[in-house]
Amino acid sequence: MKIAVCIKQVPTRDWQPRVNDQKTWVRDQDAGFELNEPDAYALEEGLRLKEQHGGEVVVCSAGPARVAQALREALARGADRAIHVMDDALATADAFAVSEALAAAMREEQFDLVLTGLQSDDQGFAQTGPILAELLGFASATIIMHVDVQPGGLRVKRELEGGWFQWVALPLPALLTVQSGINQLRYATLKGIMAAKKKEIRKVTPPAGVALRQRIVNLYAPVKSKQTQMIGGSAGEAAKTLVAKLRDEARVLS
Amino acid sequence: MILVIAEQQDGVLNRATWETIAAAQQAGGPVTVAVLGADTAAAAAELAAADVAGVVRVDHEALRVYTLDGFVGSLAALVAAEQPAHVFLPHTYRTRDFAPALAVRCGAPLVTDCVGTKAQDGQLLFVRPVFQGRLLADVAVGGQAFVTFQIGAVRADSVVRGAVPAPVRTAAAGVDAAGIRQQPEAPFREAKQAVDLTQAERIVAVGRGIKGQEQIALAQQLASAIDAELGASRPICDAGWLPMDRQIGSSGQTVAPKVYIALGISGAIQHLVGMKGARTIVAVNKDPEAPIFEIADYGIVGDLFEIVPALIKELQG
Repeated sequence: MKIAVCIKQVPTRDWQPRVNDQKTWVRDQDAGFELNEPDAYALEEGLRLKEQHGGEVVVCSAGPARVAQALREALARGADRAIHVMDDALATADAFAVSEALAAAMREEQFDLVLTGLQSDDQGFAQTGPILAELLGFASATIIMHVDVQPGGLRVKRELEGGWFQWVALPLPALLTVQSGINQLRYATLKGIMAAKKKEIRKVTPPAGVALRQRIVNLYAPVKSKQTQMIGGSAGEAAKTLVAKLRDEARVLS
Repeated sequence: MILVIAEQQDGVLNRATWETIAAAQQAGGPVTVAVLGADTAAAAAELAAADVAGVVRVDHEALRVYTLDGFVGSLAALVAAEQPAHVFLPHTYRTRDFAPALAVRCGAPLVTDCVGTKAQDGQLLFVRPVFQGRLLADVAVGGQAFVTFQIGAVRADSVVRGAVPAPVRTAAAGVDAAGIRQQPEAPFREAKQAVDLTQAERIVAVGRGIKGQEQIALAQQLASAIDAELGASRPICDAGWLPMDRQIGSSGQTVAPKVYIALGISGAIQHLVGMKGARTIVAVNKDPEAPIFEIADYGIVGDLFEIVPALIKELQG
């Protein structure tokens, strides 16, 4: 099975985003970047499917030059080769523009299966996968917790809300967005890191003229909806104050 | 006109549908509500109680059970016929499945997970969280937009009711039943949901800040000290540190205890929707800008590995 896994590189979780002067994006010059965690689960699922059914795992990403680092990480974990759709503008682009850029580079590869994470930790559109499916003409299903390969297609377990699930059969070629927690992640071994150095990262220029369909006109910190009482002092003092407040003010402890 | 896509299952409308109708009413201008299914008469009659211009029924046997292809085909035809200024939908798992493809087919952008709208210079801006809820973005679109609203962002009981029921009409389903590629089976729950957190009066919940499985015992000690149930955010259950039936949030349980103590939980939206109904919320987190503090009644910025033992000592003292 020829499998593509689409990944995004996002700022690290502990980085504090600060708004730029135009209030249209963050000052990310000082940010560290990492593989978007939901995409790591998609990659792991792709690697497992290849181990079971054979084939190839091609990791794809759209973004500026720094994205090569995330692709290299995926190669170290076991992906066979990579496609990097490179353009600085893709760092802040909407899901449609990113999907268009990916689709243009991926179409000729004729993948059987495309996997993506559920959503990204930066803009959190949760759309790139489903839009890509529409652009490639693939059947798709989202928020997947299990993948079985069957004759003629797939049978996948979709997560519904509130602890409900549903099995759905669909034909190949298909695109699935993978739910975090579907598997246990592997990490790159030293051997994998060495092997990744020899693997191909094909650089592709995105098609010209993909216009943004939505843009941020104002970016700001949320205003607190609740009066939060912040409790300071040493751990012991804070604990004492909190317990007293929970007992006497909120009256939720006896 | 704003077109709201209602969500029903076996004739039952979900609360998120009413929240989305309220969001459309608050955005201004006439609202039309569409409901898809095999027999939507009862749901349409219920929807007609809202103060809206009309309710459109789209009935077809192929829409009895939700499929991505069925809904995209049918709704694309409906949107082409109705020409709404915008299309509003609840940000449910079902919408997340079909709305991106629908928007592409209609040639319009999809703005997801919105918490509100703003009118500015004659256009409507859509407000959505980015960077894990640490920032909010006002988003502009060129023309027609598909917009999904975060669960709980608008109160369902703020829907304005009409003096008389709104007119109900039917529209062609425009569905190509043979072209539906997804074959769904009946929804099910995992064998047993051993823990019912929904009825718990006190909950101590842990997030990424707990750092390791061996530290869960510390949170359990605090829970035992106040006779609370132990819960967790999704990453803790994904990692297998606690079973899935301890998970609180959009994909887990929705809880409303008297007191909720969040330890090392940053407050991703998917978690907040599952617990913001708690009467008193306590947050302990080393990050003073963690979104959990926005909804907390009491907050302590600090190391939970120092604060939790101090709390246990204080409670037992």
